Amino acid sequence: MSLLHVEALDCRYGLLQAVRGVSFEVAQGETLALIGANGAGKTTLLRSLAGAHRPHGGRVVFDGADITTLPAHSRVERGIALVPEGRRLFPGLTVEENLKVATGRRRGRWNVKSVLEVFPLLRPRLQLLAANLSGGEQQAVAIGRALMSNPRLLMLDEVSLGLAPVVVDSVYRSLAGIIAEGATVVLVEQDLTRALKVADRVVCMLEGRVVLEGDAKSLDRDTVVKAYFGLRRTA
Amino acid sequence: MLFTAGTGLLAVLLASVPLIFDPDVVQKLTTLLILVLLAAMWNALAGYGGLLSVGQQAFIGIGAYGTVFFADLGVTPYLAMLLATVVAGAISLPISLFALRLRSAQFAIGMWVIAEVISILVRLDQNLGAGTGISLIQLNQYAPNFRQAYTFWLALAFAIVFMAALFFLLRSPLGTSLQAIRDDEDAARSLGVRVAARKRLLFVLAGFGCGAAGVLIVANTLFIEPGSVFSVQWSAYMIFMVLVGGLGTFEGPILGAILLFAILQTTVSQGGPWYLVGLGATAALFALLLPRGLWGTIEERLGLRLLPVGYRVVEEKSAEPT
Amino acid sequence: MTVVNAVLQGVFLGAFYAVLACGLSIMFGVMRIINLAHGDLAVLGAYITLVIVDRLGVSPFIAFLIALPVMIALGYVLHLTVLERSLKSGILTPLLATFGLSIVIQNLLLITFSPDVHSLGRSAGTLTTASWQVTSGLSVSALGILVLVVAVLVFGALQVFLSRTRLGWTMRATAEDADAAELVGIDSRGTYAWATALAVAIAALGGLFLGIRSVFDPVSGPTQLIFAFEAVVIGGMGSLRGTLVGGIALGVAQTLGAQVNPEFAVISGHLLFLVVLIARFGGGRMVLRVAR
Repeated sequence: MSLLHVEALDCRYGLLQAVRGVSFEVAQGETLALIGANGAGKTTLLRSLAGAHRPHGGRVVFDGADITTLPAHSRVERGIALVPEGRRLFPGLTVEENLKVATGRRRGRWNVKSVLEVFPLLRPRLQLLAANLSGGEQQAVAIGRALMSNPRLLMLDEVSLGLAPVVVDSVYRSLAGIIAEGATVVLVEQDLTRALKVADRVVCMLEGRVVLEGDAKSLDRDTVVKAYFGLRRTA
Repeated sequence: MLFTAGTGLLAVLLASVPLIFDPDVVQKLTTLLILVLLAAMWNALAGYGGLLSVGQQAFIGIGAYGTVFFADLGVTPYLAMLLATVVAGAISLPISLFALRLRSAQFAIGMWVIAEVISILVRLDQNLGAGTGISLIQLNQYAPNFRQAYTFWLALAFAIVFMAALFFLLRSPLGTSLQAIRDDEDAARSLGVRVAARKRLLFVLAGFGCGAAGVLIVANTLFIEPGSVFSVQWSAYMIFMVLVGGLGTFEGPILGAILLFAILQTTVSQGGPWYLVGLGATAALFALLLPRGLWGTIEERLGLRLLPVGYRVVEEKSAEPT
Repeated sequence: MTVVNAVLQGVFLGAFYAVLACGLSIMFGVMRIINLAHGDLAVLGAYITLVIVDRLGVSPFIAFLIALPVMIALGYVLHLTVLERSLKSGILTPLLATFGLSIVIQNLLLITFSPDVHSLGRSAGTLTTASWQVTSGLSVSALGILVLVVAVLVFGALQVFLSRTRLGWTMRATAEDADAAELVGIDSRGTYAWATALAVAIAALGGLFLGIRSVFDPVSGPTQLIFAFEAVVIGGMGSLRGTLVGGIALGVAQTLGAQVNPEFAVISGHLLFLVVLIARFGGGRMVLRVAR
């Protein structure tokens, strides 16, 4: 059953077209990796799915309802949460305030306590200002903050950016736990290996278009790399 | 070429106004020229420099009271006017040294406070008439016809000089860098554009210009008092003229001045506060809905450009890659 | 002794300025807008209170409580209609739009009421005039104490509101990053509107005190705006606690200046403001801070 249905999505910045006619589906419980070089349109796509960017054309259907024109905060209420690129924590708020301010009306298993169970490194840092955290800690808070709204669809934009590999490992371990519980996840990831390892399906974008789509386990790496760099164009 | 000839012709036509019309009409047209000058100067600050000042009345007041001051010292009136203009511009320089460090709202209200300070200082000076005001009695040596004519010509000269200065400023390499500053100050600075110096130039120019306007006001109306000449009402007028006419365009302020002049002439007798409500509401509506003003919108829609200032990017249609 | 008394009176005066400035500080802290119509909104609040006092014959304090929901609603609507649009257009737009609004309010007041001055002092009763002579040179007025206490309470309550309540965190989060706030489910538009409503309500409180302490007329707004702005700047823009301190500093500067010469009162405040501006090279940090 498809939880998210994207149809011919078209996103622009003024005259610049960042996303062109993108269509794909995400099934419940699935993990989709969105890969592509810088500037391929991945962040714009995620932001428009989250409601932060108004699409120029196309449709976004979530759980059977057309949410294309719904504002971002309403989508969070419906169950879509985005961990934005660059974390974007509220620097003047403490870790605890950052988490609590994201509590919405949705009931679920996520609250401050359960978030701390997944990210125990945050326990001693609850009263610290978000601005004073390390990169890995900030990423943990960012993911935790998105979880606080008990989303049905969790989207993550470049969680590994700017973090040491060891820290990224730790973040992905926590993520694996969340995925194992049945969450539906769309993640943008620069690191191809990690993306292919954690995902069920892969969508590759180039210059705003989808150039490759398929099962993560069965696609061979070579095909993916070619699509990533645009070395093989479809006629 | 056409443009230079056209301007020259216009100037000659305008110069002949006092020879044709009654002193009353000439006085009104002098008021119009004052408004044009003020609008152009406020636009120079806000439209080209991104500096929103709610305190230009400081320089208007300095120009007006400066004239009285010099005239009282025995300087012949019209020379006193030139001196007062110079003083207004000169004072703007030290003010700029600290005012320009301020950003948007602080600059806006900071300038207003400076105007208030100067106003209070003037009010405390008995020689300048304190709170009750003072007249430029030295102008009584001229017959009304001649006085009005001289004042009009001075106004015309000021208007032409300052607008020409602005015009050539914008056409110079300085002008392009000013556009860059307005569009993105940090990017411009990183490219080596000396932002501070350019803003200072605009600020001082506006100081001179508003001082000139103050000089003309006292010459035109003969009597001034701190409450009126240092009033924030002048800023309200300037904001209205530029916003409605077209912020950042060259011709817009002129259009805005003509509009305000027409409104003031027709409604000031009736209406009273109602017209001010209209003024304020219009300015706010333009800020929100028509930020480019009347002229800016006309320019955009029709692709018109009367005066050759600035560049225009034309979008090329190219075929989509397959 | 007279200097000490001047300082004391300055503190009382400054508390009034702080209340006047509070709303301006909130709007700047949350939205980075300086509302040039702030003073006029305070005066509008005073007029509404006046009307209620005249119609219902109650004390100004009761009248203010009745006027409060009106002002809150007014602020909310004001944001959604005028201010919200100006937020998206650039730095100059909010200043220009609120300047226009200021003129509209002043002149609508002029049309509705006369240019005459009004006061709420008489209907406030003995409170306005009661005072105690502490020593030979020191006098403490009941009104001064009241305004000071209210100021401290208002600022204290705001501090608690911002650091311990959901809506308070929401406002701070939206102030720091409205885009990220939307992504975690915060309705930034509504949050801004509530901030404006709060600011306008507190402005009305300032108007109440203005009306009781002295007189007001339709064009009193700009003067109050300048004092409020000076208080905010002196205390450091974006800091609520700073605004309380700034207001008091402004009051003390004015009363000390008056000691030298009564005509120097206002200009002393202006000079303090300008000196602080010069020293700061452009104002303090721009984020709404909650003292920790």
